Amino acid sequence: MKARVTVTLKSGILDPQGKAIEGALKSLGVDGVASVRQGKVFDIELSGSDRAKAEAALKEAADKLLANTVIENYRVELF
Amino acid sequence: MKSAVLVFPGINRERDMARALKLISGKESAMVWHADTALPKGTDLVVVPGGFSYGDYLRCGAIAARSPIMDAVRDFAAKGGLLLGVCNGFQILCEAGLLPGVLMRNARLKFVCRDVHLRVERSDSPFTRGYNAGQVIRVPVAHGEGNYEADEETLKRLEGEGRVLYRYCSRDGVVDEPSNFNGAAHSIAGIVNERGNVLGMMPHPENHVEDIMGCTDGRGLFAGLVAHLERAA
Repeated sequence: MKARVTVTLKSGILDPQGKAIEGALKSLGVDGVASVRQGKVFDIELSGSDRAKAEAALKEAADKLLANTVIENYRVELF
Repeated sequence: MKSAVLVFPGINRERDMARALKLISGKESAMVWHADTALPKGTDLVVVPGGFSYGDYLRCGAIAARSPIMDAVRDFAAKGGLLLGVCNGFQILCEAGLLPGVLMRNARLKFVCRDVHLRVERSDSPFTRGYNAGQVIRVPVAHGEGNYEADEETLKRLEGEGRVLYRYCSRDGVVDEPSNFNGAAHSIAGIVNERGNVLGMMPHPENHVEDIMGCTDGRGLFAGLVAHLERAA
C-alpha cells in the first residue's frame, strides 16, 4: 500500500523560505503568484493491507516525527 | 561538577564544550554516545552541544531528539538534574519536548556567524548566577535556524514566569530591533523550563572562555553552574 504524508506550516507561522521562493518567482516574471508557502512530502510504502491500521501508523509517524505539531499541520493520504 | 556531553552524529562542538567544562570545573567530562541508554552514575550536568546532528535532516534536532540516550536525559531532567542545550542542543531540547517552542529559519535567511551581545535577565538561576542581572556579555553565535518562536500564550508564560534568561541586545544592553539579528520572538536567546533546571540557548558561551579567544564572557555561565553544584553538595 502506498501513502503520502504532506506536512505544511500552520497559517500565521512566518515562512522565510516560502517568501524567498515567492520573490524569485516574481523576479522570473511568473504571472499571478500571490504567495508561496513551503512544505514537505513523504511518500511511504506500507507492508500490510489493512487501511485502518495503516492510517493509524501514519498518524503516529506524523505526530512522533514527521511533523512538529507546534508549527506544522499534516495530511495523510492512502492510495 | 560531574558533567556529561552528549555526542550525536554530525555534532561538531562537543570538544569545545568539554574543553570549557574541564577548564572551569577542573574535571574531565564524560562523552556519552547517542546510542547509549544510560548516563554515567553521579552525573550533575548534561550538556547537549552544538553542531549539525544528522545533517539537520527533516528539521534541526528532530532525529537526535528521538535517540536512545534521550530517554535517560528525560529521566535525569525530571529528577531535577541540570541540563544545558547550546545551539543545535537547544533545537534538540525543543524537539524533544523538554523546552517549549521551536527554532525557525533566521528571519533574514542568513547563517550568522559572529559575536553578539546578550543581556542576562536575572542572576538567581543556576545558569546565570555567575553574572549580575542586567549584565551584558559578548558571546559568538553560529546558526541559520535560531529564530525562537512560540505561540502567544507560551511567550506570555515564559515572560510572566521570568524564564527568559538571555536576550539579544545592543552593546550597551538595549533590547532593540537591530540587535535581534535572527528575528527571535521577544529577542529570546535562551530560556529555561518551568522548573528552571533545563536551559536552551542559541549562542556559544563555551567559545568565550579563554584569553586566546579574545573574550572570556562565557566563563560566568559555567562558573555559576560549578558554584551552584558546590553549594548544593
